[in-house]
Order: sequence, then structure tokens, then C-alpha cells
Amino acid sequence: MQPVLKVEALSKQFQLYEQGKLIPSCADVHLEVQAGALTALIGPTGAGKSSVLKCIHRTYLPTSGRMLYRDRDNHVTDLALASEHRILELRHSDIGFVTQFLHCLPRKAALDVVAEPLLARGEGAGGARERAAELLALLNVPERLWGVPPATFSGGEKQRVNLARGLIARPRLLLLDEPTASLDPATTGRVVDLIERIKAEGVAMLAIFHQPELVNRLADRVVELTPPVAATELLETCTS
Amino acid sequence: MNQMLEVRNLSKIHGRGCPRCFDSTGPDMDTNICAHCGSVVAAHGVSFDLRAGEILGIMGESGSGKSTLVKTLFFDETPTVGEVLFFDGERQWDLFALNAAEQRWLRNHRFGMVYQNPHLGLNFKVSAGGNIAERLLMSDLSHYGEIRERARRLLARTEVLPERMDESPKKFSGGMQQRVQIAKALATQPPLLFLDEVTTGLDLSVQARILDLILEIQQELGTAMIVVTHDLGVIRLLAGRTIVMKYGRVIESGLTDQILEDPQHAYTQRLVASSL
Repeated sequence: MQPVLKVEALSKQFQLYEQGKLIPSCADVHLEVQAGALTALIGPTGAGKSSVLKCIHRTYLPTSGRMLYRDRDNHVTDLALASEHRILELRHSDIGFVTQFLHCLPRKAALDVVAEPLLARGEGAGGARERAAELLALLNVPERLWGVPPATFSGGEKQRVNLARGLIARPRLLLLDEPTASLDPATTGRVVDLIERIKAEGVAMLAIFHQPELVNRLADRVVELTPPVAATELLETCTS
Repeated sequence: MNQMLEVRNLSKIHGRGCPRCFDSTGPDMDTNICAHCGSVVAAHGVSFDLRAGEILGIMGESGSGKSTLVKTLFFDETPTVGEVLFFDGERQWDLFALNAAEQRWLRNHRFGMVYQNPHLGLNFKVSAGGNIAERLLMSDLSHYGEIRERARRLLARTEVLPERMDESPKKFSGGMQQRVQIAKALATQPPLLFLDEVTTGLDLSVQARILDLILEIQQELGTAMIVVTHDLGVIRLLAGRTIVMKYGRVIESGLTDQILEDPQHAYTQRLVASSL
């Protein structure tokens, strides 16, 4: 079976003009993600695990390499080169990203934060909220919080809101950055069940997990990253 | 999504201009004033696309040319050179090849503008409802009761108290004036809206509610918007894609999250670093 995502020789460096520095973030990353399977990224802090996910999501512009995404029609897009509009389309319909931190409107109720990706697709508010409520219940977020903006939630509650928001749109490719980092064991269990369920539904996942036992339990492939060699070279010129 | 706007190589010089204006201004020269003739190059070589229903942010400091850009698109100013195509359903308009009457028709029917300064967008000699009626009249609606009802609904949608619709906007707070401007701009249900620093200078809580309103409207009506601001928070909240301008030139463009998290240009890196 052809992979949903194939990353070849991906590297990312940050060029910081103010400091006159070139900071390597990840280097020569190769990986594949299959439909209905989970690829786990492992490695020490600073190995560039999160950067790989952000490059695929195009929050970071990759410095070199290819990121080949195969869509429903078997059409392959190199995410590194795709137009901004194409990336926005794919984020809308195909590629989901659950980060460690919840970025959302400060004044929106949790239920609406979760329902938003469906609303943005033009689905009715009633149905979208119903789906959002199901997911929040499944993830054990207390019902009394659903009408409250998540700004005041605990880290674990925020994380579950974030996860529900990432799952509600049923992406084909899901990028997960430590989805269980601040959860207690019981809630972690629920998240693990949910990940297994969506895997069985055929979603391709690329994930970073804090706990090695989750990698053992959930990963179909493991890709280990090593921190890139620190470039000490200063930029010759700092043209603005 | 369909293409809505194609801006190609738009330039605007304030003043008489000279052949050396473009070479002697811009980010590399660190000025937008031509050293040879004293003209101001407000914009030069600006090109971008906008899709239907999309929100594009234009970010930059004062004097970057971002306001000039939207004012030119709204026909408030005439460009020195450049071409803009506007795609509207089956029709295609070459904006700067149109005569004055056609431009006025587009302004009244297909575009909407919300200015930073409410004096530019509102007529303070007539009531809030009258301001909306003015725009509806220009778009060929003429039944009094119908106009009044539409004005009332629009003001209610933008959260202006209906009992104040017969007062002059002169007496309104800054936030309320912006709401009336938004209602007026939306009166003809234009597919394209220009927002020029609409929340600048307002109290934070008022800013937040106006931004919420703009997002709600975008979601309900699918209106495409060009949002001009120097405020990174506004860009982050509203825009899917962003253009960064300095001294009249586009120095960087990209997905908004990428511009904010991985800015490529030294100037954008400084802007983003100074906001955090």
C-alpha cells in the first residue's frame, strides 16, 4: 500500500538575523505514514520532533527535502512546495494537527471551540455541537465546563479540548504532538482507546509521545531522530 | 475556492514622481521618500491573489503603504500603475479600466469598506439608520419601509441598539461607530470587504467584541476580507494568509501561522519579536 505521507531528507534551519545565527532544528529526516497506522517520532529533546510536525503542517517552512502527501484521489502533493491556498485546503479537509497547547479564541465556549472545524466546513451548528459534546464526553471533560471558555481550564482539560477539536473533522492524516503530556493515567487510557479507534477507522497518524509505553502500545513504526549538529557559523552578512 | 481578486504590480506615488522614484525608495533604501523629487512612494510592485471567502491580512508599520493599498482597491485613490481583476460570479472586472460610474457601482454594490476613522465611512449629519439607508438607496432599493427594516436588522446584527438608530453616530462611542460602519458596509451584502485598522485606538474589550463580530460575519456570510492592521493579534485572530509590507513594498507573504512562527525576513522577525 502506498503511504499517505512520505517525508524524504527533510531539514529545517532557522536563520535568525538579529542574532546573526543559523540554528539547525532537524536534519535529514525520512519517514512514512500509512493509512490506519501510527508512526511515532522518538528522540531526545532538541532532536526536532515538533519541528518535523510543524514543517508538515507548514507552520514552519522546510529548508530542504520533500513531504509527499497522497490525497483521496491518489494525487500526490509535495507539501514543501504546495501553494498557500493548497495548504489551507488540505488543513481544512485532510490534515489535522493537535499541538501541546491550545490556541483558540479567548471568548469562545469549549463546545464551540471543538465544533469550530465543522462549522468552518459549513455544517449546521446543531449537529456540530452534538458531535463536539460526544467527543468531550468520550474524553472525560466534565459537562459543567462545556459552556466555559477553555482559558481557565487545567492543562489536561485544555489538552483534551484540543484533541477533540483535532479529531472532530476526521482528518486523513493526523499530527499529534504529545497528546497525553499532562493527563492522568485514567484519562490517558481514554485517549489511547480513542487513538486506537480512529486508527482502526483508517486515519494515518504521526505522533510524538512523552511516555515510551505509549509508543510500544500504539506505534506501528518508530522513527528515531538525533539532534542536528549545531552550526556555530555566524552569518557573513545580515542583509535586511 | 474561486479566485476573487488578482492584484498585479500595483504602485502609487504621491507627488509628481520622477524616473528614479522606485530605485531610490523601499526597504533597502530605508525610506519611502524619493531623494530626487521628494515624492512619496506609498506602494510599489504589489501583487497578490484573494480567493472567495478568504481573509487576507496586510501587516506593516505606519507608512508601509498598507492603507494606500486598500484605498486604491476601493477607488478612494487612483494607482500610478498596476492592474486589478475582480471576479464576481460570471463577470470579470478590470478595476482601473472602468469608468467612474462603473467604479461607483462596484463600490456601492460589491465592495464594502470600514475605515479606522469613522468620519471617513459615516455621514455624521444623518442618523445611524440614515447612513445605512444612504447606501441602500445607492444600491437601488427605494421602498422606505423596506429600507428602514433592513437598516434595523443590520444594526441589530452588529449589536447597535435599535432605539438609537435615529440618533446621529456623532453621539456614539468609538466602538459603536465602528459597528455602524460595519452595518453600513454589509448593507448590500458585498462579497468583498476592506477593513482598515478597524479596531485601532479602541478599548481592548471593545476591540475583542468587534473582532468576534467580524469573524462571525465571515462565517455566516462567507465574505472575503482584506484586513489592514499593524496589530499582530488581529492578524493571528482573523487572517489565514498574511502579507508584510515595508516602505511600500511587500517583503514577505505566507500562511499567517508561518509568518508569526517562522518569519523569513529580518524585518518580520523584528516585528514578531517585539510583539511577544
